Amino acid sequence: MKFLNLELAWKYVLGRKRAMTMSLFGIVLGIAFFVITQAQTSGFEAFFIRTILGTNGAIRISDSFQDMHGTVRMSSKDGKTKFLFNSREGARYTEGVENPALLRSALSQFSEISGISEILEGKATLAGSSRSQNIEIHGIVPSAHMMVSDIENQIIQGQLKIFELEPMSILLGNRIAHRLMLQTGERVTLKGGTGNIQLRIAGIFETGVSQIDKNRAYIHLSTAKAFLGKRFSGSIFQLSMFNPEKAPEISAQIQEATSHRVISWQEREQVWLDVFKALRISSAITVSSILLLSGLGIFNVFAIMVIEKTRDIAILRSIGFKPSDVSAVFLWQGGIVLFIGIILGCLVAIFSTYVISSIPLRIRGIFSTDSFVVNWDPSHYLWAVLIAIIFVSIASWIPARRAAKIEPAKIIRETL
Amino acid sequence: MTPSKKILLKAEELHHSFAEGVRKNRVIKGVSLQVEAGETTAVVGPSGCGKSTLLYLLGLLDRPENGRIFLHDSDVTQSSDKTKTQLRNQSIGFIFQFHFLIKELTAIENVSLPLRKSGLNAEDSKEKSMLVLQKLGMESKANRSANKLSGGEQQRVAIARAIVNSPSLILADEPTGNLDSENSHKVFDLLQELAERDNLGVLIVTHNTDLALKTDNLIRMQDGLIIRA
Repeated sequence: MKFLNLELAWKYVLGRKRAMTMSLFGIVLGIAFFVITQAQTSGFEAFFIRTILGTNGAIRISDSFQDMHGTVRMSSKDGKTKFLFNSREGARYTEGVENPALLRSALSQFSEISGISEILEGKATLAGSSRSQNIEIHGIVPSAHMMVSDIENQIIQGQLKIFELEPMSILLGNRIAHRLMLQTGERVTLKGGTGNIQLRIAGIFETGVSQIDKNRAYIHLSTAKAFLGKRFSGSIFQLSMFNPEKAPEISAQIQEATSHRVISWQEREQVWLDVFKALRISSAITVSSILLLSGLGIFNVFAIMVIEKTRDIAILRSIGFKPSDVSAVFLWQGGIVLFIGIILGCLVAIFSTYVISSIPLRIRGIFSTDSFVVNWDPSHYLWAVLIAIIFVSIASWIPARRAAKIEPAKIIRETL
Repeated sequence: MTPSKKILLKAEELHHSFAEGVRKNRVIKGVSLQVEAGETTAVVGPSGCGKSTLLYLLGLLDRPENGRIFLHDSDVTQSSDKTKTQLRNQSIGFIFQFHFLIKELTAIENVSLPLRKSGLNAEDSKEKSMLVLQKLGMESKANRSANKLSGGEQQRVAIARAIVNSPSLILADEPTGNLDSENSHKVFDLLQELAERDNLGVLIVTHNTDLALKTDNLIRMQDGLIIRA
C-alpha cells in the first residue's frame, strides 16, 4: 500500500511515453539552460571582480576631508561668522592621506583588513629609445602591494623580485610596452615632476583592464616621492580584505573614523556590477520561460489525462481509493517527470558548462581571458531546481485537484 | 424449517434526484429492498428507470436524498467519506458493464489493486490474486496487459478484482451487457456460483430478463419505483 500510488503513477507515466518525454525534455532543457546562462554571466562577473580586486583592491582611501556628513557648522574667520551646511559633496577635501603613519595605525584596528598598501599616484612622461607616452605612475612598496593586489600573477614578462630589489626599476603595463616597443631590462626615462630619472624595466604586467594596461606603471614609493616632490603626503591607501563582500560596511566605518574619503570596490565599479546584475537577471527570466513552457506542457498533458482517465478514477474510487489517493497518483506523475528532469537537467548542465568553459574566446578591456569564463556555483543548480519544482508542482496540482473532485457515480453513469 | 438467511444490505425508502437545469429529475422515488447472503438478486427494468442509480446508492458511491441504507445492520447512510471508502474496499465488490480495467496494468495487477489498497504487500497480493484468477480460469492470462484481453476475459478479470478482497456483497451493473450470449451465461453462472459457494450477496442490474430469471430474487423497476419484487 505504501507505494501503491507511486506505482500507479509510474505505470501511467510509462503509458504516455511520448507526451511525458516531451514534458521531460522541456524540464531538462530549462534546467540546463538556466544553469549554463547563470554559469556564464556570473562567471564573467566573478572574473571581473577578481580582476578589479587584484588591481585596485577592495577599498581605496584617498583624500582627507574636514567636514562631516549633513552637519551644520559655525566657523569664524577674520571676525566674521559663517554657518556652513556640510555634506560629503560639499566637504573640503585635501589631496591624499594627510598622515600615513597615523592612518595606518588607525586601520590596524580593523580586523577585517588583510593588507595595506600606500600608493603615491602622479603623472609623467615615459620616454623610450624612439617614442614617448604620458603615463600614470604608481609609487608602491612591492611587498605591501603584493598583499593588496594580484600583481605577482599579472607579471607576463620579467620578475617582480627584480623590481622589489632594485629601487630604480619600473613595471610597465603591457600596452605601454607594446606601444613604445620596450622590453624588460631596457632603460627608460621618466620625465616630469621634479626632473628626469632613468629607470630599468624590471617587468611587464597585464591586468586585462585596458585602461590600466595602457596607462599605468609601477615604481618604488620612495622613488615616486622624490620624483613627484611629495615626500610627506599626497599618497593614497589601497586595502585588501578577508571578506571583500563586507567592503561597503567597513568603508563607511573607516570614513567615519578617519575623516578620509573611502571608496569600496562595489561603489567604485557600480556601473559594471549593475550591468552584470542586469544580464544575470535578464537571462534568468528568459530561461525560466522555458521551464514555464514545460510546466504548461505538463499541465496540458495532465489536464487531458484527467479527462481521459475519468473512468480509471471512478474505478479507483469504487475499490477504495480516497480522493487524496487519486490526487496523489497525479502528483506523483508530476514528481516522477520532475525528478528525472532534475537529474538529467543537472547532468546536461554540468557537461555543457564544462564544454562551454573550453570554448576559445579572447576578451580584453575590462578583464583578460582567452576562453569562456564559467562559475561552478551550486546555487545556480538549486535555483534552477527550485523554479522547476514550483512550475511543475503548480502544473500537476491543478489537474490532480480536479481528478480528486471527480464523482465516481456520475462518471460511471455517463459512461454507460 | 430452513434457518433465516443473514441480511447483508437493506435499503429503506430511498429517494434520489438529479438537477437538470433549474428543475429536479426524481429518479428514485421511495425504494426499499434487501439483499441476503448466499443469494443472487436481479433488478430489471427499462432504461432510465433508475436501476443503475439505485446500485450506486447501495454501493455508497452516491448519497441518497432521503431514506436509509444498512450494511451488516449498520446504518451507513450518513457515514463519513472515509468510512464509505473503507467499506467499498473491504465489504463491497463492484462489477461494471464495460469491465473498467486499468489498461496500463496487467490482469493480475488490476486484480491486486483492492488488496494493495487494503494494506497487503505486493507479493502476498499477487499470490492471492493468482488464486482468484485460477478459480476463474484466467491464470494463463495473469501477466497479460489488460487491453490485450478479449471482452469476456476482461470481464472475468473485473469479477476477480471485485471478489479478491473477499467482500460480502457484489454489486454488478450490467455485467453481461458487453458480452456475447455464451460469455454472458458464463459470467452469470459464475456470479451465482460465487454467491452459493462463498455465501456472498449478489445484486445484479440487468436488461437481460432471461438471465435475470436465473437469480434467486427478481426485482422489477419502473419510473424510480419497484413495481414487483
